[in-house]
Amino acid sequence: MLTDITLGQYFPGKSLIHQLDPRAKIICVFLFIASIFIGESYASYALMAGFVALVLALSSIPPAMIAKSLKPLWIIILLTVGIHVFTTPGRVVYEFGFLSVTEEGLRQGFLMSTRLVLLIVVSSLLTYTTSPIALTDAIERLLKPFEKVGLPAHELAMMMTIALRFIPTLLEETDRIMKAQMARGADFASGNILRRAQSMIPLLVPLFISAFRRADELAIAMEARCYRGGENRTRMKELQHTGRDWAAYGFMLVFILILVYLKFTAGKL
Amino acid sequence: MSISLKNVTYTYMPKTPFEKTAIDTINLEIQRGEFVAIIGHTGSGKSTLVQHLNGILKPTQGTVTVDGVDLHDKKAAAKAARSKVGMVFQYPEHQLFEETIYADIAFGPKNLGLTEDEIDQRVKRAMNFVGLDFDQYAQRSPFQLSGGQMRRVAIAGVIALEPEYLILDEPSAGLDPRGRDEIFQEIVQLYQSSGITVILVSHNMEDVAKMATRLIVMNGGKVSLDGSPLEVFREPEKLKTAGVDVPPVTALLRLLKLRGLPIDDSLLTIDEAVATITTALGERKEC
Ligand SMILES: Nc1ncnc2c1ncn2[C@@H]1O[C@H](COP(=O)(O)OP(=O)(O)OP(=O)(O)O)[C@@H](O)[C@H]1O
Ligand SMILES: [Mg+2]
Repeated sequence: MLTDITLGQYFPGKSLIHQLDPRAKIICVFLFIASIFIGESYASYALMAGFVALVLALSSIPPAMIAKSLKPLWIIILLTVGIHVFTTPGRVVYEFGFLSVTEEGLRQGFLMSTRLVLLIVVSSLLTYTTSPIALTDAIERLLKPFEKVGLPAHELAMMMTIALRFIPTLLEETDRIMKAQMARGADFASGNILRRAQSMIPLLVPLFISAFRRADELAIAMEARCYRGGENRTRMKELQHTGRDWAAYGFMLVFILILVYLKFTAGKL
Repeated sequence: MSISLKNVTYTYMPKTPFEKTAIDTINLEIQRGEFVAIIGHTGSGKSTLVQHLNGILKPTQGTVTVDGVDLHDKKAAAKAARSKVGMVFQYPEHQLFEETIYADIAFGPKNLGLTEDEIDQRVKRAMNFVGLDFDQYAQRSPFQLSGGQMRRVAIAGVIALEPEYLILDEPSAGLDPRGRDEIFQEIVQLYQSSGITVILVSHNMEDVAKMATRLIVMNGGKVSLDGSPLEVFREPEKLKTAGVDVPPVTALLRLLKLRGLPIDDSLLTIDEAVATITTALGERKEC
C-alpha cells in the first residue's frame, strides 16, 4: 500500500554513524563530495572506496538498502560510462563501425562512474542514518550565520519540518480515502487519461479539504501556544558537538590531507 | 452463507524495521444475520481485521471467503463477493466530495451501473434509514452539515450500495452521547428491518453490549474472547488483559450479587437493572 513508502529513507539504528551530530554528518558529506574531485589516481580512488566501505560498515545499514538507493540511478551511471567510453579522444583499442573505444575513454568512464556511485552511496548514507527532523534541525543551525544577511533560516527550517511531518499523514489519508472510495466502487486504475483524471475527483476533493483543515488547525494550535518566529527561541533538544563529532572532523581532515598528498605524488591516472 | 477467515495473518511493511504484524492467525466464521461487535483496545488490530472482510487488505497469509468465494481470486465472482460487503470506515465523513448530498450518496450506486430510477430509490431509502429528510437535505452541500450529520451522509452512501454484510468501523467515534445513541439506534433499526448482517467495531463495551448478538474481543492481534455478550462477560480476567471493561451496569450488578443481593447479574440495560435491584431490595425489606 501507499503508506509503505512514507517513512522515506530513514533507517533507525544505534550505530556510531547514527549517533553523530547531524551537522557533523552534513559537513562531512559535503567535504567528501568536494574531495571526490581531488582524486585522480587509482590509489586515491581505492582510498575513497575504502573510506566509504568503512563508514558503511560502521553504520550497520544493510548493503541491500544501499543497492536499493542506487537502483533508480543505474541508467544515469551507465549513460555516463557510455558517453565517456565512446567520445573521449585517444588511443583506440576497439572499434565497432563508427564508434571507437579509446583507452582514455575507458579510464574516464571508470572514474566518472566510480565518482557517481561514491557520491550516491555517501549521500544516501546521510539520509539513511539521520531522521528528517534531525536533518532540518541541522540545516537550520548551519544556515543561522546567514540570518545576518536576511536569510530566514528558522522559518525555512520550520517549513521543511512541517512539510516532512505531514507527508506521512497525507499519504495515510490518501490511502484511507482511496480505500473508502474503492469500497463504494470507485475505480482509479482503468480507462483512458480523461476518465482517470475524472476518477481522481473523489480522491482529490476530500484530500484537499483535509489538507486545508489540517493546515488551519495547525496554525490555530501554533497561535494558541504563542508561537512566533526564530529570534530568542530555545529548543528542547539543543544540538551539541561531542567527542565523536570532533573525531569525525579529524578523521575527515586526515582523509583529505592524504588525498591531497596523493594528488601530488601518485600522479594522474 | 457466511464470511469466513482461515488462518489470516497480516503484516504491515514487511521486511523493514517498521514491520508490524497487526493480526495473527485469525480464524473466524461470521454467519448471516448475526450482529457482531468487535471490541478491543487501541491498536489491537480491529480495523486491520475488518478491512480483510471486503478484500481491501489482502492477507499476508490465509484466506478470506464470502459465501464460499475467495475474495482474492482473479475471477469475476470475487468482485461480486466483495460488493456484498459494505464498509463504513473510521471517520467516514472525510470521504465526502460531491456538491450535493444526493450526488454523494448516489456515487456508489452509480458505480454499480444502476438505472437513474433505481439510484433515486436507493438514495431515498438510504437517507430515510439514517434519518435525514430527503426534501430538506438532498440538494444541500454535505460540507454545510454538522459532524454527526456528515457521518450519516457517509453511512447512507454505503447503505445505498445495499450490501448483505455491513461493516462499521467505530461509527460513533468523536460524536457526543446523543449523536452516538442516534447512530446506534439507526443501525439497530436497519438490522432489525432488513435482515442485514452487521459487523460493528468499537472500543466501548457499553455501547455495543446491548445491541450485539455476538462479541469478539481482540487483544494484540488475536481473538481473545468470542461469544454472546453474557458468555464474554463471564471472563473478567481476559477482558481486563484485553483492556476492555465490562459495562458499568453489569459490573454493578455483579458487585451487588457478591455482596449478597439476590439478583440476576446477566442484565445489560439500565432499565432492567433498576427493575431487578428494586425488586430484590423490596423482597429483602419484606423479610
Ligand atoms: N498503515 C499502517 N502501517 C503500519 N502499521 C499500521 C498501519 N495501520 C495500522 N498499523 C499497526 O497495526 C496495529 C493494528 O492497527 P489497527 O488500526 O488495526 O488497530 P485498531 O484496533 O483499529 O485501533 P484503533 O482502536 O486505534 O482504531 C497497530 O499497532 C498499528 O500501529
Ligand atoms: Mg481502528
